[in-house]
Amino acid sequence: MSTDTLTLGAASPEPIAGLKQRLRRAERRRKLLYGALIAPLALFLLVAFLWPIGALLMRSIDNPEVRGVLPQTLAILDTWSEDDLPPAEAYAALASELASYKGTPELGGAAKRLNRETPGYRSLIMKTARKMPLAEGVDPQGALMTIDSRWSDVDIWHTIKRTGTPYTAFYMLSALDLDIHADGSLSATPPEEAIYLDILARTFWMSLIVAVCCLLLGFPVAYLMATLPQDKSNTLMIFVLLPFWTSVLVRVAAWIVLLQNEGLVNQALMALGITDAPLQLVFNRTGVYIAMVHILLPFMVLPLYSVMKGISPVYMRAAMSLGCPPFKSFWKVYFPQTLPGIGAGTLLVFIICMGYYITPALLGGPQEQMVSYFIAFYTNQTINWGMAAALSTVLLAATLVLYVFYARRLGANQAPAGR
Amino acid sequence: MNAYASPIERTWHIGLRVLVGLVLAFLVLPILVIIPLSFNADSFLMYPMSGYSLRWYEDFLTSPSWQNALTNSLIVSPAATVIAMTLGTLASIGLVRSNFPGKTLLMAILISPMVVPLVIVGVAMYLFFSPLGLTGTYTGLILSHAVLGVPFVITTVTATLQGFDFNMVRAASSLGANPVTAFFRVTLPLVAPGVISGGLFAFATSFDEVVVTLFMASPQQATLPRQMFAGIRENISPTIAAVATILIVLSTLMLITLEWLRRRNERLRGIRPT
Repeated sequence: MSTDTLTLGAASPEPIAGLKQRLRRAERRRKLLYGALIAPLALFLLVAFLWPIGALLMRSIDNPEVRGVLPQTLAILDTWSEDDLPPAEAYAALASELASYKGTPELGGAAKRLNRETPGYRSLIMKTARKMPLAEGVDPQGALMTIDSRWSDVDIWHTIKRTGTPYTAFYMLSALDLDIHADGSLSATPPEEAIYLDILARTFWMSLIVAVCCLLLGFPVAYLMATLPQDKSNTLMIFVLLPFWTSVLVRVAAWIVLLQNEGLVNQALMALGITDAPLQLVFNRTGVYIAMVHILLPFMVLPLYSVMKGISPVYMRAAMSLGCPPFKSFWKVYFPQTLPGIGAGTLLVFIICMGYYITPALLGGPQEQMVSYFIAFYTNQTINWGMAAALSTVLLAATLVLYVFYARRLGANQAPAGR
Repeated sequence: MNAYASPIERTWHIGLRVLVGLVLAFLVLPILVIIPLSFNADSFLMYPMSGYSLRWYEDFLTSPSWQNALTNSLIVSPAATVIAMTLGTLASIGLVRSNFPGKTLLMAILISPMVVPLVIVGVAMYLFFSPLGLTGTYTGLILSHAVLGVPFVITTVTATLQGFDFNMVRAASSLGANPVTAFFRVTLPLVAPGVISGGLFAFATSFDEVVVTLFMASPQQATLPRQMFAGIRENISPTIAAVATILIVLSTLMLITLEWLRRRNERLRGIRPT
């Protein structure tokens, strides 16, 4: 903005309009510039992060396997009354589609998908496909029924129709231990097959125990650090930050070395006569708890410390000078002021703990594995992506709900980090 | 502790210090215990040690799989850090300087990679990148690590910029500097501590990352933590202790650098009242 514009503007109304316009243009340019600064990162995260996550969540309701292999059969089944056996064309379409996909991984995928709904379906499909293609002029309906009598069972056809929908609630319901039946009704999965609610409950329970232990150990540390003079509390801070910055794998390795049967902890316990034989401290729940508390304790101490640092010692002194005994004034005056820190630390530890994978995988047995382990298991081991996606959706939903609560109540400037 | 303290207060005073001492020992001792074992002469990871030797460091420096892992980490982490730092710093400037509806939401989205459980990130990226042929490649691994580093850069740089006086940029412009010169000569030197700490956080995240790497990397791209994960799972040898010791030294160095940067930043802010 040069000065002569301003003087001219004072002289005649026209340049004022020009000035406004120029101001607006400058403002627009400024907005564009800042937008252009943000855009590359926003685009990068959209493509490399949000999209993949969204695609994963979609897989929990996605149902592509049967649709991909049996489109014609499904088209015919669309008009089928469902009470009786499907029309002969359905048998013909099925036979021709099985013939064209014979031996392909797509057919294997579809067979696996059908098998999840109706056990035994996989062998039925494989057995039938092996006899394909049918000889010229043979009646497909009769031929299929001869290959396996189950093709004359209405329910077998219902399963195809049901698994042929573009979307399915099957995985999400399974993740919550619910079975969906042919008529669309829901029931709880029988206890001997139900595993997911147990896994979820275990995940929450272990996270809760770790968060509470971290609070019990972290509170005195943060309290002492907040009451000591700055230089001393800085020294204590190093003890908290050093493990915080040390690789999680280093810490896991250290705990295995310490807690193993011949490890220092067992040696010490035996030397003190507390136990005669080495205790099993690792590859079970104990080991997982110890290591997780060790890894997550800094996440408790840091928010607690920052809240306690802001509490003026004046209140405690006032309470005591008015005759309140020290412990009572601590409990009635100081402690309530630390509640935001307690909330922040506990939630933070709980949220991070819920998503943990490597610590239980390396230090725990089968009974210590949390939701994350099963997500990885279904992705790598059994290639059941629908189930992996459904469990991811449940875990992500729980994480986000708690995180929103955390951010709303306690400020998001200290977000969880490092697992 | 004043002289008029009652015995109960005295006990409380000492008890608190003993308790905190024990907790801090719990935090630090396990890390220190593994260091001497890396110099053990025999191949057991237990005390008492039979003698001293450097054979496990030699093993680390000569074994092809550990060397491969070290090389991979030294390729992937710096590259991911540079991407996260560049994109993150630019976006932070844009975010701090502008105001628009939905800014809080955008900010939440930009730091969300820090919140989403790593297994979910790993599975999602694996399923998304594998049809694109990016799993088992350096490109895919670097991109995924860069995503994980971004939130740390965003949080530290925006925090630093909160105290930054943008009149300095105006002053530079009025003295004839073009925006690029003003950025490199005025803005960047002043926010450098924040950018570098953010970069260090991003580097540390990538350098310690194992979950997403498990999904994204083929054995050829195994990074140091990935190799350690395999080593701990299969057969925990003193070479692991040697690598752990090197990593502990490295994290101590990073901690010292960060502390130094933090003090420098505080000092700079102290001079300049905002």
